[in-house]
Parts: sequence; C-alpha cells; structure tokens
Amino acid sequence: MDLIFDGLSEAWRLLVTGDSDVYGITFRTVVITGASTLIALAIGLPVGLGLALVRFPGQRGLVALANAGTGTPPVVAGLVVAILLWRSGPLGGLGLIYTPAAMVIAQALIATPIITAITAAAVMALPPTLHLQIRAMGANQRQYLWLITREARLPLLVAVMAGFGAVVSEVGASMMVGGNLSGETRVLTTAAVLEVSKGNFGTALALGFVLLAFIVVIAGLLTAVQQRARRQ
Amino acid sequence: MIRKQGCSLRKRICGFGLVLVGIIGLASWFGDACSDDTEMILATSTSTENSGLLAVLVPLFEDQSGYSVKVIAVGSGAAMKMGERGDADVLLVHSPAAETAFIEAGFGIERTPVMFNDFVIVGPPADPAAIKGAPNVTAALSKIHDARAAFISRGDESGTHKRELILWEDVRQDVDFTGDWYAETGQGMGATLTIAAATDAYTLTDRGTWLAVSDRNEQSINFEGGDELLNEYHVIVVAPERHNRLNVEAARSFRGFLIAPKTQEIISTFGREEYGQSMFTAYAE
Repeated sequence: MDLIFDGLSEAWRLLVTGDSDVYGITFRTVVITGASTLIALAIGLPVGLGLALVRFPGQRGLVALANAGTGTPPVVAGLVVAILLWRSGPLGGLGLIYTPAAMVIAQALIATPIITAITAAAVMALPPTLHLQIRAMGANQRQYLWLITREARLPLLVAVMAGFGAVVSEVGASMMVGGNLSGETRVLTTAAVLEVSKGNFGTALALGFVLLAFIVVIAGLLTAVQQRARRQ
Repeated sequence: MIRKQGCSLRKRICGFGLVLVGIIGLASWFGDACSDDTEMILATSTSTENSGLLAVLVPLFEDQSGYSVKVIAVGSGAAMKMGERGDADVLLVHSPAAETAFIEAGFGIERTPVMFNDFVIVGPPADPAAIKGAPNVTAALSKIHDARAAFISRGDESGTHKRELILWEDVRQDVDFTGDWYAETGQGMGATLTIAAATDAYTLTDRGTWLAVSDRNEQSINFEGGDELLNEYHVIVVAPERHNRLNVEAARSFRGFLIAPKTQEIISTFGREEYGQSMFTAYAE
C-alpha cells in the first residue's frame, strides 16, 4: 500500500516541480501517439468506408482481416517494422530505426486495423434505407460519403478512442523500434518499464499515473465532442 | 451502394502494389544516398545501462566527438546478434567465450578490455542453502542444487546467463533445470534481481547492477570471490567489410574514448560516492 501512496506523491512531485524529464517524456508521448492515431484515422476511415460500402469479391475476407487485425500484438507489429527498418533490412538506409518516426509507423500499424474495423462496423450498422434516402435527395458521390460519415460520427469517435487507447498503452512496439533512448524515443510506457527494471517502483508508478491522467484528459475531450455531436 | 466503374478492382490493386514497391525502392535508395554519418549505434548488456554508467559516459563522448549515440541495452548475446547483422556499430559486452567466437567468425575487430567487476550470488539473507563460507563457487552452487533451493536464471543468452551455465557445468553435467527450484525470467538483470528478491530465490548477478538496483533489505550477497566469477567487459568494433551502413569511424572513436586515461578514471570512481564502493574497475589501473 505504501508503494501506491509513494507513487501518487512522486507523481504529484514530478508534475508540480516541473521535472523536465517527465514533461519531455509526456510531451513526446502526446506527439507520437497523436501522430500515429491521425495517420491510422487517415487510412482507416476511407478503408473502413470502402469495406462497408463497395461490393467486391473478397470483401468479407477483408472485413474479417480488419477484425482480426484489431488484436495485432504490439510486439509483432514492432518486430515487422523493426525488420524493415533495421540497417540490415530493406529500408535500413533511411536511418529510421530508433527514431520517433519508426514508433509512429509501428503504432499506426497497430491502430489502423482497429479504426478500419470499427468504421466498417459502424457504417454497416446504418439503416439500409438511409442510403436510398441520401441518393434520392440527389447527393453526389462526395456529399453521399460525407453524410454517411456524419451519420456514423458517434461510433467513429469510439474508433478514434480505441485506436488511440491501443497505441498510448502499448510498450512492445515502442521498445523494439524506438529503443527507449532517453530524450529521443522514451515515452511514458517505456520509461515506466525501465524504472521497473531498475527497481524504482515509486517512479514507475508515478509515470503510470501521469499516463492515466493523460488518457483521462483525452477520453474526456473525445467524450465531450461525442456528446455535443449527439445533441445536434 | 457505390457501383464499380472504370478499371477493374484487380487492376487497381495491382497498380497500388506496384506504386508501393516503387516507393519502398525509392525510399531505400534515397536513404542510402543521404545516410547520416554522425550517428552511432552502441549495443550493450543491460548491466552497463542498469548500473547508470552509460548515462555518465555517453553524453561525455557525444560532447567530445560530436557523434550522437543510440544506446540499445539488450544483453550481450542479443548485442552480438545485432553486430552480426550490421545493426550496431560498436558493442560493449561481457560474454568472453561468445566474444571470441564472434571475432573468429570475422564479425568484429579490435576487441579491447575496458573494465571488470565480479559476479556474486545473491539470495535471501537467511541463506537457506547455507552457501555462505563455501570454499568456491562450484561448492556454493552444489549446495543450492542439492538443497533444491529456489534459483532464478536470466535465461536470455546474456553474458550473465552464459556465465551461469558455464558455472553449472562445473557443478555436474546433469543439472535438472526443469525442476521447480529453477526458473528463467528471460529479462534483464534489474528485473531478475527484483523477481529473485520477491520469491526468496538465489540468483547470479554482476556487482554493478546489484549495487544499483537491489533492495538490500531483502537480499544479501551470499557468495563472492574467486577467479571463476571475474566479469570482464570488452569493446568490439563491428567489422566493416560485411556491411555498408556501418559508422566504423565513430565506433573506433568510441573504443578510443573508453580506454582513454580520463574515461578510465571516471569508470573506476563511478558509484563510489553513492554506494561506498566502485561498481567497475578500469583496466588502466
């Protein structure tokens, strides 16, 4: 029990005294997870819409693939990206391994299937008559897609939250492609793992609390947006 | 529903695939064309990082040399694997037999001793297998084995793990590693020490990590001393012939930095203030 209070007071101390390390790590976490979630959204939203709206052979297989992809273990995503980006790998010359960019790529790989699958499910769940109504109103292709996306906006926010939740909490991929370099690729989860391995459980717990606080803030923001959207 | 129009989906997918391959090819070429030669990757054991030594040495080297160093602490076995593939420029490792094999296979050059400390057997202060005062490490491990006292192994091909296996070989050829008394963590030294403390188990650790990490209320050094427990760290420059993306100049410069008199003095005094004893002894002494 003492350890939990130690962790809480340590978290408070780190945040209040403005420990520059922790601020740096937190800021890096925000940027990296934000970028990977946005990239995953940019890919997952159109692919999810396509999976739900376009009929083509193999559609079901792809939907099943996206659904299965929601369970991609971070360490597998990390390993795949690492094999590509290691110097000995096909993209080794880019020098991206052990950089924040590598972490964004690996995390986007984790979040994309999640956002794709939830988007597809959300659009498929819309009433079939809705499509006819929109068409009957004389909407062109772009207006049609926009209206469909608007109708599915509540579950789409869930998709974003789920994708973000997956990348902000993962440690395996970040560790493998980022290398947990201090001041460069150390994020809240990998920093916590390092502190645990050093036996500094108080500091590790403090980092955990900072991470939880960050997730609560993001979830709160998204929920506020969602509820506002609901009232409209 | 949207209806397919224009070219068939298969054609589009093929086209997309071709573009993707093209992008990867271009990126690969572009990357080689503008590779960054101020960057160096150091692969090392977890003990050098867990002890905090690298956090002191690396910034110093960066200031002096202008190179930026990426430290990947993975255990000596994994570090040498990275060297084999050319994924690291320089290694700081402590697994002598594997290092010799690494050099003989032509993967590394200029292997140079940097520092040493010793391995110790730590365990519950109550010492259930009564290994305190054993005449040598073989006798101490024999007692643990015969008492079936809990023993936690790294199990990760690290330098410490390799040494542990060599020490067991001297005890007897048929040690029963499948028994309940023996467990592998597959994790770094710090994590393994924590698990050993929590389960009242013995474990083999380097003195540096022990000093930096352990909770000395729950664990004590139960056996130490003897040549068998000498723990030497070597720096190895990864052989440049096999790989074209290595930064061999930076690696050589780091090797020179580690054995420079000033650095050697820092190594020998590191930890003395905080722990009352040095964690490593430099070879220059």
